[in-house]
Amino acid sequence: MAENVLLRHEDIPDIHKLDIYLAHAGYAAARKALTTLKPEEVTALVKESNLRGRGGAGFPAGVKWGFLPKDSDKPVYLCCNADESEPGTFKDRAIIEKNTHILLEGILITCYAINAHTAYIYIRGEFAYGAKCLEQALAAAYAQGLLGKDIFGTGFDLEVYVHRGAGAYICGEETGLIESIEGKRAYPRIKPPFPAVYGLFGCPTIVNNVETLACVPSIIKNGPDWFRSIGPESGPGPKIYGVSGHVEKPGMFELPLGMPLREVIYDYAGGIKDGKQLKAVMPAGSSFPVLTPDEIDVHMDFDSMRAIGAFLGTAGIIVMDEDTCMVRALGIVDRFYHHESCGQCSPCREGTGWLHKLLVRLEEGNGKAEDIDLIDRICTNMMGNTVCVLADAAAMPTQSYLTKFSDEFVAHVTEGGCPLKKTAVQPEAA
Amino acid sequence: MPTLEIDGQEVTVEDGLNVIQAAEQVGIEVPHYCYHPGLSISGNCRMCLVEIENMPKLQIGCNTRVADGMVVKTTSERAKHAQAAVLEFLLINHPIDCPICDQAGECKLQDYYMLYGDYKSEMQLEAKVHKGKVVDLGPEVVLDEERCILCARCTRFCDEITQTGELGIFERGDHSRISLFPGKQLDNPYSGNVVDVCPVGALTSKDFRFKSRVWYLEKTPSTCTRCATGCNIDIYHRQGEVFRFRPRQNLAVNTYWMCDEGRHWYKSFQQDSRIPTPLVRGESSFTVASWDEAGKKVAQAVRSTQDEHGADAVAAIIGAKATNEEAFLLSRLLREHIGSTHTAGLSWSPADAFHDDFLIHADKNPNTQGLKSLGLLNGGGEAEAILSAAARGEVKVLFILGADLVTAFGQERIDSVLGETTVILLDTDYNDTTEYADIVLPIAAAVETDGTCTNQAGRVQRLSQAFPPPGEAKAGWEALALLSTQLDGSDSVSITDVFGELTHSVPAFAGLTYGKIGLLGAPLAGVGASADN
Repeated sequence: MAENVLLRHEDIPDIHKLDIYLAHAGYAAARKALTTLKPEEVTALVKESNLRGRGGAGFPAGVKWGFLPKDSDKPVYLCCNADESEPGTFKDRAIIEKNTHILLEGILITCYAINAHTAYIYIRGEFAYGAKCLEQALAAAYAQGLLGKDIFGTGFDLEVYVHRGAGAYICGEETGLIESIEGKRAYPRIKPPFPAVYGLFGCPTIVNNVETLACVPSIIKNGPDWFRSIGPESGPGPKIYGVSGHVEKPGMFELPLGMPLREVIYDYAGGIKDGKQLKAVMPAGSSFPVLTPDEIDVHMDFDSMRAIGAFLGTAGIIVMDEDTCMVRALGIVDRFYHHESCGQCSPCREGTGWLHKLLVRLEEGNGKAEDIDLIDRICTNMMGNTVCVLADAAAMPTQSYLTKFSDEFVAHVTEGGCPLKKTAVQPEAA
Repeated sequence: MPTLEIDGQEVTVEDGLNVIQAAEQVGIEVPHYCYHPGLSISGNCRMCLVEIENMPKLQIGCNTRVADGMVVKTTSERAKHAQAAVLEFLLINHPIDCPICDQAGECKLQDYYMLYGDYKSEMQLEAKVHKGKVVDLGPEVVLDEERCILCARCTRFCDEITQTGELGIFERGDHSRISLFPGKQLDNPYSGNVVDVCPVGALTSKDFRFKSRVWYLEKTPSTCTRCATGCNIDIYHRQGEVFRFRPRQNLAVNTYWMCDEGRHWYKSFQQDSRIPTPLVRGESSFTVASWDEAGKKVAQAVRSTQDEHGADAVAAIIGAKATNEEAFLLSRLLREHIGSTHTAGLSWSPADAFHDDFLIHADKNPNTQGLKSLGLLNGGGEAEAILSAAARGEVKVLFILGADLVTAFGQERIDSVLGETTVILLDTDYNDTTEYADIVLPIAAAVETDGTCTNQAGRVQRLSQAFPPPGEAKAGWEALALLSTQLDGSDSVSITDVFGELTHSVPAFAGLTYGKIGLLGAPLAGVGASADN
């Protein structure tokens, strides 16, 4: 791919400034959509492009938009999910801070397509700088008439609000996010009804991830065929791969979907740090199964990942070298889910804490042989039985660690602690 | 009307029911904690997971509407496994302190564990999450955070029913706990209901806790007599003592709830002021009398007044706390045995009595509507008219049934009216009017008698005798039947006879029987009460 779309700031400095963005054909796609296309034509183009949701689930965006009821007299809302909280994931932050207007343009086009006149950008509380960037970009866009009343003289109105979260992973779950905007505790809602029917303030609502919305302008500008020519047909388009952990060059790489994971790690991220051996990769944030070195020839797209029992997730790639204690690594993962479980559903509320305690015990060297089976059983009992998928997000990686690195777990029991080195114990989350 | 199959049984149910409700109709209980028919669906406990054919994941019964052709399995291996797993999750941080927990015996954790639990514990006590104990939430309720399973019934009750929003869930994950919002107290007039909806021992009643193990208590279905709403209740009692009232479901009256005032109303029946025996006035004070002696005195007073001053010199005032049966018997006694038409109802409530637009009625009498149907109350000046007649010396004998005239009319007025009148008082307790009495007949309180009251909406509802009245007191209808016998030797009767006679002589009650009234009451003819249950 010649030019960056999502990380365009790497090609064009200061593109987060409106004048620079406009000088590089900024808002041309929005103008095209609003002045030459009908809303349903915009939706059709996005559907045709097969843009799949970048928040982790990979649901086709155009199809999601199509779920909005046709005969509702209620207002439609767009919520931009900027609550990026997945461990090892920092793609949306880059767009928000450095390529701000492509997001706003994507929001404008999407709102036009779904006939929404109000959009909320729900940004995680920790992104204070990102929120400031958004506010500045919004002010500039309003001043130029790119938002607000009668945009491009078409009569289309749009108000966009930045709503800052207060720091909870669960606010990134789309119905938790909606509850949070409504001023409530971010307990995910039971579905059905889905947000497209009953969302924000009980009205039809579309929730899309930042990166998803940031893809929309280029689809309108270049056409769905162009989009589908990037990466695999089953889930095409540009994608930000974020690589962190034990690599020489951690960072973000905008590449087509479907890149071999090995290539991302070794060619783009510079390989394993200090020439060490790769031990494990969490390729999709922390919520999905871990991969072993012999699995990294997989192509990073939705379907190829599913074929090996993994997920693309956010494509936040966490690389672990040979010195990593997998019990400790899993302890950190499960500590996170223990800390972030909203506490609504019994299996998740109690299960995440229980898993964390058992892993602390194993890591301390006080684990029992039967604890490993117990951890596995807890995961099985958590999975698929809750309102949202946070329970699955804790259980799936946990079970994969147990399966793929079982020797290390057994060694922690038989050797009474970490065979690699004695590491600091992760304290229980407060 | 979808037809579906639940555990092999075919059932046709009305539209819009969920799986829990549909299963209930064929006698199958889908275990649940957070689901409550009076509250919104929360779906958090995950206890009601059931298997539904053609759905890959288990579904929660509470949020799954039944549909035609649905095949539900509540006891399949997968469903049972999930139920056991949820129980295990709910119990890992639970203190398992049943021996000292007030909920024991009526705890859904206990009940379901017996049915669905897997009977082994994987969590050491010291590893459990510890939270607040004996947290004071308000005048009625104490919280044990460790026993709480966070089903959010209590928070939903305060959000949706009282809309007072005192309670919320704070913290996250397994540190979550129910608590008051800053500056709030759980002191709404219905706060006691959160104890009833709490399926575990987290919320307990300050009034009831530690007074009795629930399995020692008997339960008698009845009606609250605190006000004219007539909330349906269960009386929990043992050996002639009431320990608590709890609301009993009646969708036409109180749905699932009752007010705190009504909840505490049982105490009004077991105070030191109860009159233990019949009393007759001696030279300076009351002397204890047998029913026979007292009855003879009554007959004597009535007959001599009749002879000397005519039948209309005998009058009666009936308070609206009297049952339909009591009011009917006394008015009939005057009309048929004595020949007086001077019977008046009295429905008095404090002018500033608290009331709202939910369950708490401004009329603090349970049977005002009944007295109206019996023709004893119309404009409301009937009792006043009798007092005026007494002031003119036209009333020589006055029966007072369940009415404290001094409180209703003031001491001065009663002083000026009743000086020369022979007063025959039938009541449960000593009150300010008792000292004007010449003959006192102690009668049973609402929990000690059978009978009916007609609520403000015209619904006839039954009171049930939980236990006999204390001392020598008799049920009001028995006392009045006895007086009838004393007056003209009519036969003794049963309460159902009395009600039968009532329905024959009062058109509004036509066709009603105790059987028809049942546990949920029945609307009086011609009064706008509609109801379905």
